[in-house]
Amino acid sequence: MAQVKVVVVGNGMVGHHFVEQLRQKSENAMITVLSAEPRLAYDRVHLSEFFSGKTAEQLALTTEENYQRLNVDFHVNARVVKIDSEKKSVETQSGQVFEYDKLVLATGSYPFVPPIPGNNQEHCLVYRTIEDLEAIQASADCSKVGVVVGGGLLGLEAANALKQAGLKTHVVEFAPQLMGVQVDTRGGELLKAKIEELGVTVHTQKATQVIEAMETVKDSDSDCRYRMCFADGTHLDTDMILFSAGIRPSDNLAREFDIEIGERGGIVVNNQCQTSVQDIYAIGECALWNKFIFGLVAPGYTMARVVADNIMGGNEDFLGADMSTKLKLMGVDVGSIGDAHGRTAGALSYTYENQPKGIYKKIVVDANQQKLLGAVLVGDNGEYDTLLQYALNGIDLPESPESLILPSSSDAPLLGADSLPAEATICSCHNVSKGDIVNLIDQGTCELAEIKGCTKASTGCGGCTALLKNVVDTELEKRGVEVNKDLCEHFAYSRQDLFNLIKVQKIKSFDELLANHGKGAGCEICKPAVGSILASVWNEFVLKPEHVALQDTNDTYLANMQKDGTYSVVPRIAGGEITPEKLIVLGEVAKKYKLYTKVTGGQRIDLFGARVDQLPLIWEELLAAGFETGHAYAKSLRTVKSCVGSTWCRFGVQDSVGQAIDLENRYKGLRAPHKLKMAVSGCTRECAEAQSKDIGVIATENGWNLYVCGNGGMKPRHADLFATDLDTETLLKYIDRILMFYVRTADRLQRTSVWMDNMEGGLEYLQQVVIEDSLGLAEELENQMQHIVDSYQCEWKTAISTPTSKARFRQFVNSDKSDVNIMFIEERDQIRPATEAEKTKVMTSQSENDLLLEPQV
Amino acid sequence: MSEEWIQVCKKSDLVKNSGVCALVNDKQVALFCLPTGAANDAELKVVATSNWDPIGKANVLYRGLLGSKQLADSENDAMYFVASPLYKQRYCLETGRCIDSDEVAIDIHQVKLENDSLFVKLAG
Ligand code: SRM
Ligand SMILES: Cc1cc2nc3c(=O)[nH]c(=O)nc-3n(C[C@H](O)[C@H](O)[C@H](O)COP(=O)(O)OP(=O)(O)OC[C@H]3O[C@@H](n4cnc5c(N)ncnc54)[C@H](O)[C@@H]3O)c2cc1C
Ligand code: SF4
Ligand code: FES
Repeated sequence: MAQVKVVVVGNGMVGHHFVEQLRQKSENAMITVLSAEPRLAYDRVHLSEFFSGKTAEQLALTTEENYQRLNVDFHVNARVVKIDSEKKSVETQSGQVFEYDKLVLATGSYPFVPPIPGNNQEHCLVYRTIEDLEAIQASADCSKVGVVVGGGLLGLEAANALKQAGLKTHVVEFAPQLMGVQVDTRGGELLKAKIEELGVTVHTQKATQVIEAMETVKDSDSDCRYRMCFADGTHLDTDMILFSAGIRPSDNLAREFDIEIGERGGIVVNNQCQTSVQDIYAIGECALWNKFIFGLVAPGYTMARVVADNIMGGNEDFLGADMSTKLKLMGVDVGSIGDAHGRTAGALSYTYENQPKGIYKKIVVDANQQKLLGAVLVGDNGEYDTLLQYALNGIDLPESPESLILPSSSDAPLLGADSLPAEATICSCHNVSKGDIVNLIDQGTCELAEIKGCTKASTGCGGCTALLKNVVDTELEKRGVEVNKDLCEHFAYSRQDLFNLIKVQKIKSFDELLANHGKGAGCEICKPAVGSILASVWNEFVLKPEHVALQDTNDTYLANMQKDGTYSVVPRIAGGEITPEKLIVLGEVAKKYKLYTKVTGGQRIDLFGARVDQLPLIWEELLAAGFETGHAYAKSLRTVKSCVGSTWCRFGVQDSVGQAIDLENRYKGLRAPHKLKMAVSGCTRECAEAQSKDIGVIATENGWNLYVCGNGGMKPRHADLFATDLDTETLLKYIDRILMFYVRTADRLQRTSVWMDNMEGGLEYLQQVVIEDSLGLAEELENQMQHIVDSYQCEWKTAISTPTSKARFRQFVNSDKSDVNIMFIEERDQIRPATEAEKTKVMTSQSENDLLLEPQV
Repeated sequence: MSEEWIQVCKKSDLVKNSGVCALVNDKQVALFCLPTGAANDAELKVVATSNWDPIGKANVLYRGLLGSKQLADSENDAMYFVASPLYKQRYCLETGRCIDSDEVAIDIHQVKLENDSLFVKLAG
């Protein structure tokens, strides 16, 4: 095919997915994107996270640069108002005309606002776009009470947002129960009870007749803005109203320009997603397939793939999609699979209910009790993945199907990832099958994080995370790649196992561990790892005779080795704050020992070019001036970067420097699986770049927002927002728990970012462990951290006052000479190591005094 | 060349399971003290090598980590090695061969302990 001109109307989630798919299939297709919104596609599914601090940029699914790179012509604020199917062109509001060979309508849907008189007042809003959310935020800031009209999935999500914004929140539902689409009556009742427990008032079977402005209500002493009057004569006063009463397809264009529309709206499409007009397709929430509109993103993505394929000459079909959903609403698990209401003829059901714990589970099976048709889960989604696979893959049910939902019945057959067929869909958002994953593994991709990167699996709604990990682990084990967690040939244990052994059996030295649980003499892999664990648990001086041989060279000499065998010295400058006096001391020491001096990327000062025998002399002077070790050499806390914060900055809302210093002093010296970095910013402008750190803290009007598991370095990762508006005490408590949990469970040399990416359950799981204490570990973790804090010592101070340790800092045991191979050259008024060529030149020319600087005091 | 034993240092200058360095006739010699399994100091097993890291090109080998590697053809025999502190290449402490590269090797010198003194006979 020559260059096909494709115009896409709408750049929502589905429109964007289509662009990506088409570009993947064809480098030549000329793609034009016309978006009515002021920005390119963003993640609507996670829209609510806007309220917990995610910015529009973080929600973005693409960027202008990215579209440019993909060679996509795009126009924002470009609503299409006209289709000319004869001339094959479309026209935007501003009069621009675009010609097409193929036209793809991906106009999505809009929120339905029930025709209630008074529904158009200032604080009556909807929930669909980023602009909507900004309006809600603004309205919430000047409201005390909020009502959500509609008790479906989105309505409850909206209610949660209002609740979090601190409003007294109500949900008003016309039907007799909540989430009528997904769950059955009993499930809906339980859900209502749980949500009311969380402080949201639910009113079911309420038809709103009118919304009155309070000024117009006679004899009212309410200080709310509006009064909602219901058909049953009751009323509810509120300051703002959010409509979430369902969605309607954006089908105006099609309607006006003679494309077939369904009886109740929606652009009619066939199995190739073609509309009634040649060369015009419709995908996503505007499309009506088989009299059905799919209000979820995964079916839209499938439609996008089908159309991209068809345009490029393929013949894929769209054959419907699974509408199962798994979500957490205000912390309550809700799951709905297939025929949740048991509408199939002859269907039978089993239910389990546990009122004290607030758990309800139902499975719907066929008349022969052979296959699973559907399920409803409220309060516990533990079985969701297994049930979904039974339903999707038509797997035969076990003899007593009820065992699938009964708690701790020992014969509950767990559906291992192994029993799934290759076609089984693992991630429905990105259409990744078990076979796709198996192929990748066969090609040698063995890291979960890499597999996520290649397939995008679990990067959509996130519902498939646990199953994905399960499949990957099982497949790896099957291949004898055996998820071999052995640390090395000397220990047939993972780092986590060794940690537990050391802690539980109170093992205090490498030799003891090796004698009891290992073999051989150890190596460069297990020795530092065990050294680190011993330090994390017992926190003894790392250069004690029984520990010294375990340390990597940097730890052994408490400094960072440079290319020529000299060292760099980095004293701690907590939070980056330093007095002029101390700054002068650093200058004087550097001058005296002729050290190259540089400001590091971590807000402190590095002195380079010290010979091993000079280290104790340099540190004696630094210690005397009040400095302490900066642990630049250790897998432990490096720096806590700060911005200047409220003390000086006109925007700062908290004392970020003070907080950074406190954090650095609390966690300094903590040995961890890898190095740790933190930062504290004084306001959302984020000058300390806290979101790129393992632990990031950003000040808010009300306290501190905590971000976790960010990373700069080779593979940057934005930190995840973990909790908001914490007071300092809670902040420290959470950080204590997070860090100690990391120290316990991470692999050797695994930064927190990779640890998080490989964690089953991800952020949510970590929040449960840390905030809700789901493992009952919180106190122990805190105590362990307190032990580390209490047993802190400056390693340089101890080293210098321990003769056997101090004696190690020399080049020769039998001579005071220094290493003649260390030579420096002067450059920009400081020293640098001589290159090999320069060294040879000097050796042969004898005129060394011109060139070389003697490495001496 | 140098056929004689040279007295270098005291036994107490050595560090168990780790290395130190001595200057012997202007040559830098790394002295490693390997684990023998015996708690008794009298059984110290000492290995002497050149201190020059031929890949990192610096006199640093004595600051490397010691380790053992099970030999493929033997149940019990293990090879001892030192890993360079710069780029982590491992050198066999028996042959001087680099385990991670065929291109380089380090010298192995003879050593003996007599009473409290350590003697080295420099190689080639
Ligand atoms: C000195 C410094 C460069 C400078 O002159 O600015 C530096 C120097 C080294 N970095 Fe770095 N990094 C320095 C800031 C950073 C930063 C910036 C920061 O901390 O804000 C980063 C990115 C942030 C991060 O870590 O997420 C950084 C990411 C790395 C990485 C990549 C880590 C990763 O997860 O991808 C390595 C390699 C590693 O650790 O495995 C590394 C490793 C190193 C090593 C250890 C490389 C080596 O083997 O010699 C260097 C130690 C030399 C020495 O003598 O200190 N350095 N390094 C900085 C010391 C900061 C301090 O005060 O402690
Ligand atoms: C708060 C919220 C939570 C959700 N949670 C989930 C969930 O957990 N799981 C799930 O699967 N789904 C969820 N959804 C639904 C999901 O977001 C939608 O299914 C998905 O966004 C549909 O994508 P789309 O591209 O079809 O439509 P949209 O994302 O609505 O995009 C359509 C775009 O077309 C533009 N447009 C319309 N008309 C024109 C025109 N004439 N010219 C140019 N542009 C036009 C619109 O402005 C819009 O930008 C949620 C939705 C919301 C609002
Ligand atoms: S982050 Fe905020 S408080 Fe800190 S320096 Fe920047 S603008 Fe000022
Ligand atoms: S199913 Fe939604 S991300 Fe995989």
